[in-house]
Amino acid sequence: MSDDKDFVAGFDSNARKAPVRVAFVTRRTSPQVKVADEDQVMTHPGVFLRVAVAVELLTIALVTLALAWDAPLEGLADPMHTPNPAKAPWYFLGLQELLHYFPPVLAGVLIPTLVVLALIVIPYFNINIQAESLWARDGAKRLRIVVVVAVALSVFLAFFDVWVALVPTVIIAVVMFLAARSSSQSASAMRRWLYSKPLSFWIMTWFLAEAAVLTAVGTFFRGPGWSWVWPWRS
Amino acid sequence: MARSLTTYLDDLRDSRVWRSIFRSGPGQSNLHRALVVQSNVFLHLFSVKARKRVLDFSVTWYLGALTFGAFLILVITGVLLMLYYHPSVPLAYSDMKDLEFVVSSGVFLRNLHRWSAHAMVLLVFAHLAKVFYRGAYRPPREFNWVIGVVLLLLTLFLSYTGYLLPWDQLAFWAVTVGSNIASAVPLLGHHIRFLMLGGNLVNANALLRFYVLHCMILPLAAILFIAIHFWRIRKDGGLYAGAPTTTAEKEAER
Repeated sequence: MSDDKDFVAGFDSNARKAPVRVAFVTRRTSPQVKVADEDQVMTHPGVFLRVAVAVELLTIALVTLALAWDAPLEGLADPMHTPNPAKAPWYFLGLQELLHYFPPVLAGVLIPTLVVLALIVIPYFNINIQAESLWARDGAKRLRIVVVVAVALSVFLAFFDVWVALVPTVIIAVVMFLAARSSSQSASAMRRWLYSKPLSFWIMTWFLAEAAVLTAVGTFFRGPGWSWVWPWRS
Repeated sequence: MARSLTTYLDDLRDSRVWRSIFRSGPGQSNLHRALVVQSNVFLHLFSVKARKRVLDFSVTWYLGALTFGAFLILVITGVLLMLYYHPSVPLAYSDMKDLEFVVSSGVFLRNLHRWSAHAMVLLVFAHLAKVFYRGAYRPPREFNWVIGVVLLLLTLFLSYTGYLLPWDQLAFWAVTVGSNIASAVPLLGHHIRFLMLGGNLVNANALLRFYVLHCMILPLAAILFIAIHFWRIRKDGGLYAGAPTTTAEKEAER
């Protein structure tokens, strides 16, 4: 069906503008206008029942965990005796790992603030909403930009000896290169999929990979004096 | 033949008392099912109908629902733990020992609260990633994404403030490390840290502040934002069902 119209039919209450009460709702102005209905279920009981079952299963899993595994409790808090290493809760260990490399203002304040701001603004950029393949237009030029950014980032990370953060960066850069060398006609479905991904996908995937790696390193691979330890050689 | 359980339930739902409380009677019609949702102060946050596609596990992995489930478990176990807890030094720590040796199922209660808290942090991150990769943040849902980010931060603060309450070495030094990060903020750093801890060091004042934040302020804020988050799902056109199918939907989702 060829349908390249920039509007859909709808209703308007402004009689002067649309005297026959048929107006043109331009794109992005009304999410509610639909041509055809799709299958629906009643929220009660259709959705509620399934959610209840899901929550039940979660409860069973957590109760089992709580019966099998005790929460840690160490000795009474003692301000005079600092454990080595002193670690933050696991979800902040990525940050603590960054603090090991960068000055506190950068790692403890600037980076977290920028991450939160970046998360908030995601849906307000049209580039993220259209979600067009990164290579759809000016593919060669964009690949050059990506290579420059990846090299600059790698040099920066290497300069501060952040080898653990360099690994995901390089892997993502290589996969991006592979994606740029693919097309929507590639033989492999994997490469077609990679090719179709927009810029926001790559940034988010890089960020999540970094967060996971840094958190894992901070949790399992850091010992006294924040030195590198192998968890299986304790 | 004896009357079935269903008929007893229908009688109950038809009773004057039930109707006065729930504002709806027995019945299996879609109108009745709609009224159950519409005429309940909590349920009316949700829409009466949902697209059938959103029920598929692969669409949402039920991550939002599971996160809320973890939150419910945390509220229930948290309130029970409050009954056995004094936010003072060193009573807080001896209360942990009491939970272990004196209170019936005290260890279980604390374990469940602790593991559910970790689960909730994990689930919130997973929910965020899933929503992102599905593109469910796109208009008209952009502000609900922002509320989601606020809820992520609230979850982290809830978990972090709860971390101090056992007042053991692990708690004390984890919070010391965390509060040192806050003092790195240019100019205001030390003031923020002082405000956070009620002093220059993690001490009894900090414990009391974290307790109030953990048991009162942050949960109330979380409940408020969860309510808005749920309500906005309805106002923004229901649960996102994935790639639009009809032309109009494609237009609308752009």
